[in-house]
Amino acid sequence: MDVLYFAWVRERIGVAKEQVETSAVTVAELVEELKEREPRYAAAFADLSALRVALDQELAEFDAPLAGVREVAFFPPMTGG
Amino acid sequence: MRVLVQEAPFAFAAEADAFASAASGAGAVVTFTGVVRESDSGAMSVMEIEHYPGMTEKALTQIASEAVSRWELADVLVIHRHGRLAPGDQIMMVATAARHRVAAFEAAEFLMDYLKSRAPFWKKEILKDGAAEWVAAKDADEDALDRW
Repeated sequence: MDVLYFAWVRERIGVAKEQVETSAVTVAELVEELKEREPRYAAAFADLSALRVALDQELAEFDAPLAGVREVAFFPPMTGG
Repeated sequence: MRVLVQEAPFAFAAEADAFASAASGAGAVVTFTGVVRESDSGAMSVMEIEHYPGMTEKALTQIASEAVSRWELADVLVIHRHGRLAPGDQIMMVATAARHRVAAFEAAEFLMDYLKSRAPFWKKEILKDGAAEWVAAKDADEDALDRW
């Protein structure tokens, strides 16, 4: 699936988008997999309360299932307006 | 209903005028314009607005549709910019048209509250000395959704 990062999450991880092969069942499991990869992921995902997630461009919770999802995005709380 | 996400400036007066003219039968048109505020210290040179192409348009359309379903609106317009803006530049505008003013005002406030925390935009302040800082979301903005 495609994993996208925005704002300081993108800056901390160092890429805007990447392809990830995963067998994670939920978003939270995917986050754990990513955190184990490299320190920059662990740093970006250190505090999940500071992050939001969207699945196929819809806001979701971290315990949401990933089955059928093509695009996951991680970002800080939004500041529109 | 019209939702625009764009980097280019928009012509507020022309947009507001065209919106009001097209909303025939509406007795009330409310417009709101968001402007890039100078930082408290006066040290900001540029505000960079990042967004999530695709999701931004979807989210804004959902928010506008929700407003239309809650209030009897003749029309809704949302324009939101991204990219590099300077203090004083117009970031976004909403316009609502309704038969009576209460619906137009309330729907405009609803749109603004939801745009703040449910539309995927992120603001970064670039200071004159080159330092940069992401604007943090405010708890008050999240709390503002509770009233709807």
